[in-house]
Order: sequence, then C-alpha cells, then structure tokens
Amino acid sequence: MSESFTKGMARNIYYGGSIFFFLIFLALTFHTVKEMPKRDNRENITEAVERGKHLWEKNNCIGCHTLIGEGAYFAPELMNVYDRRGGGNEVAFKAFLNGWMNAQPLNIPGRRQMPNFHLNDQEIDDLAEFLIWTSKLDANNWPPNIEG
Amino acid sequence: MNTLKYQSQAVAKPYFIFAMILFVGQILFGLIMGLQYVVGDFLGGIIPFNVARMVHTNLLIVWLLFGFMGAAYYLVPEEAETELYSPKLAIILFWVFAAAGVLTILGYLLVPYSTLADITFNELWPTMGREFLEQPTITKFGIVIVCLGFLFNLGMTILKGRKTAINMVMMTGLIGLAVFFLFAFYNPTNLALDKYFWWFVVHLWVEGVWELIMGAILAYVLIKVTGVDREVIEKWLYVIIAMALISGILGTGHHFYWLMTPEYWQWVGSIFSALEPLPFFAMVLYAFNMVNRRRREHPNKAATLWALGTAVMAFLGAGVWGFLHTLSFVNYYTHGSQITAAHGHMAFYGAYAMIVMTIISYAMPKLRGIGEANCNKAQVVEMWGFWLMTVAMVFITLFLTGAGILQVWLQRLPESGEALSFMATQDKLAIFYWLREISGVIFLLGLISYLTSFFITEKKAQA
Repeated sequence: MSESFTKGMARNIYYGGSIFFFLIFLALTFHTVKEMPKRDNRENITEAVERGKHLWEKNNCIGCHTLIGEGAYFAPELMNVYDRRGGGNEVAFKAFLNGWMNAQPLNIPGRRQMPNFHLNDQEIDDLAEFLIWTSKLDANNWPPNIEG
Repeated sequence: MNTLKYQSQAVAKPYFIFAMILFVGQILFGLIMGLQYVVGDFLGGIIPFNVARMVHTNLLIVWLLFGFMGAAYYLVPEEAETELYSPKLAIILFWVFAAAGVLTILGYLLVPYSTLADITFNELWPTMGREFLEQPTITKFGIVIVCLGFLFNLGMTILKGRKTAINMVMMTGLIGLAVFFLFAFYNPTNLALDKYFWWFVVHLWVEGVWELIMGAILAYVLIKVTGVDREVIEKWLYVIIAMALISGILGTGHHFYWLMTPEYWQWVGSIFSALEPLPFFAMVLYAFNMVNRRRREHPNKAATLWALGTAVMAFLGAGVWGFLHTLSFVNYYTHGSQITAAHGHMAFYGAYAMIVMTIISYAMPKLRGIGEANCNKAQVVEMWGFWLMTVAMVFITLFLTGAGILQVWLQRLPESGEALSFMATQDKLAIFYWLREISGVIFLLGLISYLTSFFITEKKAQA
C-alpha cells in the first residue's frame, strides 16, 4: 500500500465510513418499521395467534423447519403450509394439522422422524391459527411456489 | 520454563482448552445430524434432529466465544504492555460461563425443550425457540453478565496501558458483540418485527463486529510471526475492517428481501452485500503479503499456516460462497436451501473456527511453557489436522452446494403443481448427503489429529 496513504487516513475511513453507513442503516430501519403494517397483517394477530407463536417457539419447531426460509433445512417450509395442506380452507387445515400432530411419530423405517409434542386440541388449534396468520404475510412474493 | 511476557496472560489457557472440548462436541453432533439427513430415524426417540441441531449450533457459538475471550485475555495485556486488571475475575467468569454452558447443553439433551422452557420460567420473558437464540432466558442473562465482567476487565486493562490499534479494534468488536446480543431479549409477538430484529444479533455479529475481532486477532498474530512493522499491519487492519463494515452494515439487507419489508432492500442488500467479499479478498492479499515480507523466521510454522489458511478460507466461505446466493434475484430461489447450509459451514469454519485455532496455535506453546513453538513433530501432526479439516470442509461445502443446486432445480424453479415436494426432493439428494457425511468423518479425523498434536512433546519426539 502506498506510503502517502497513512494509518491515520485508514482509521478515519473506518470510523467515518462505519458511522455513516450505520446511520443510514438506522434511518432505513425506522422507515421499514413504519412501512411494516402494510405488509404484516398485524391487525389479525389474535390471542390465539399469539399463543400459537409461543407454542411454535416453545417446541423449537425452527430446529427442523424453516419459516419464511429461515430455520433448519431438515423439514418442509411452513409459511405456506396452510395453502399447501389446507388449500386455503381453515376447517380443512385445522383438521389436517390435528390429525398430523397426533399421528407423530410416523415410525416409517428410515424416514425422517417428527416427534410427538403432546399438544392438546386447543394448542393444535392455536398453532394452526399462527400458521394461518403467517401464510397471509406479504414477504415480497416469497416462496416461489407452493412447495416452499 | 516461563515464556509469557505478562503472567496474567495465563488466564487464556482454560478458555482455549474448554473451547476445544466444546468443538469436539459440536462435530460429534454434526455427524449425528448428517446421518439423520439420510437415515431419518437414527436416534429418533433419543436425540431428535432439532435437539442435535441446537446442540451443534450453540456449541459452535459458545466455543467461538470462549476462543474470542481467550484471545482477548492473551493479546490485550501484551498489546497494552501491562498485566490484566483482574486475573481472578477472568477465572471466576470462566467457571460461570462454563457452568452455564454445560447446564444449558444438558438441558437441551436431558429434557424436552418445552420442559426446559417451563423450568427456566420462559413465560416470564419469552426469548427461547428462535434459531441460534434457543438458550433459556436465564442463560442469556448469564451471558450478558459474563460479557459485562469480561469487558470491564479488559477495559480497565487498556485504560491503564498502551492503546494500540489492535486493542481498540478488538475492544470495539467485543463491545459490539455484547451490545447486539441485547436484541436477543426482544421477541415481539409480531413475527415481522421479531424476524427483522433477530438479524441485528445474527448478521451484525457474523458479518459485522465479529469481523473486527477476527481482524484484530489476525493482525496480532501476523505482527508476531512475521515481524513486519506494526504501522503497516495496523494500516491494513483499518482498511479491511472499514471495508467490512461499510459493506456489511447495509449488507444486512440481503436478509430483508423476503421479510415484510419494502422492496428497496432488494437493491440495497444486493449492492452492498456484493461488496462483502472485498474485505476478505484484501485479507488474503494482506496475509500473504505480510508473510512474504517477513523479517524473521518464526519457528511456529503451524501458526503461520493457520493465519494464511483462515484468510483464504474466510474469503472462499464468506466471500465467494456468500456472493453465490446474495443477489436478490438468485436468492429468491436459493433462500433457505442447502446452498445456505453450504455457505454457512465454510464461512464459519474459515473465518471464525480457523481464527480461533490460529491464536491457539500461536499462544498455546507459550501458555504451556514450551517456548516459541511446539517441537517439529507436534507441528507436523497439527498441520495434518489443518489440512484434513480444511480439505474435508471444502468437500462438505461442495457436496452441500451440489445438493442445493439440485434442490433449487427440482423444488424451487418449477411452477406449483410441477415442482417436487420438499420430502421427495430430499430423497433425490441422498447421495450428496452421504458424501457430506463421509467428509464429516474425515473432518473428525482431522480434529483428532489436531488435538493429538497437543500431547506430542519434545521428549517423545526424540525417543
């Protein structure tokens, strides 16, 4: 590196540059948070959805599944499971989810195993409400197709 | 023989040893998961995949933190030219952190996660069950307390001593680490906000402040093993971390493409994260440049190899493999696929696991009173460990990338109705997963070789 470019100059670029871009990042964050209500469907967060999110977390679902592409890549994406398995019909989806959760573990030799989390009917219903709410989020048109 | 410049540097030793023990655990659980990818019911009822993954990723994070802390305790006193403010506090915090870490891992393994949430009163302040932040809330508080004590100890040391660029950068990185971790306590009901601010921990750690820590450790080791003038090395350090933060802060946007966010993040994220490989490329140039311009022949060849290796592998894993899927129109199809996993593995190994092994390689002979370097035989075995682990990681990454490309092809690119389902796609990827698992076993052999090198002493070598 050229001698005329000194350590002091490098240091100033580091401090100046990172503070400048961090401030831009904060400004964009404020704007994003302000815009979020247009996309996040927050008016439909019911108590059931809230309980469902806690159940989602309490059973570490993200340890196998992805939700909007984030999580583990061992089991299917669940942002759009309502559309995939319920076809957009709440009654059908809730019936499916109840049957699915109670059928675990499937014990098919060699197949990836989903544990049984021993949720009661009310809890499975809450989880379904959370997943239904999630499916209606506007994540900029992700995922590309129904398979997630 | 005492080979430490400042006696209090000795507190780094238990941190390094414990980091290595956790590293072994991380790899063993990685192998379990790798097998579960193809033999789905392996250990099904005993260690479900989600538990194994939590152990694998949390052990990684914790052993890297132990490594960073050990590195800080080792290099900060020497840079500041003064003894550590309180060696006793450093040892107390070691035991607190180690106990909290072990208890948390045992909690993951011995009781169902929901029970762990109940017995740690998660409902009072729910923070559990989010990727990488699975620790019980009480453990998170423990981490904050350990970090505060650690930063206080280092801060007091630097205040009374010399304030070198390396120390200031290291300190900034560590303070940033602690500050951004606080977002782990923010878990709103609204998933849109939850996910957005979750990245303030995850991205601003690994593509932000951790790069400062890596840069500082690398600069320190390069000064020591090459004898190149500090002014030159510190100038490079500032240039590299300037590029890292200028690209990396707005580069966070590459995680915001598919959240409930405005579309401009697709532009901001693509442009700035496309620049993220630059600091890593500069790091490669710099490491090789400094070693070529060395003014001394340091006897610790292994440490030099690690220093060069971490720069190259960080560039490949974080830089090249990050760029592969960072542009928004690519990421639309690759987001959350095995390509992400490929990138994650090589980036973490190259940038962070290897920088910790770099400082361990440099510091351990001195901490153990052996001298400037281990005996030749020990270094050869250590270098076998380096090559086996590094080559194995290259293959793990290549096989996961193959799996990812095929996954995108089968599951993501076709229209709904024509695309293969997730599980059907996974069956088609089995060959890649088997090859990945074999590479993982080679990685373990490399790790065993690496650890064996610590037990080879001069006497045995002569016998």
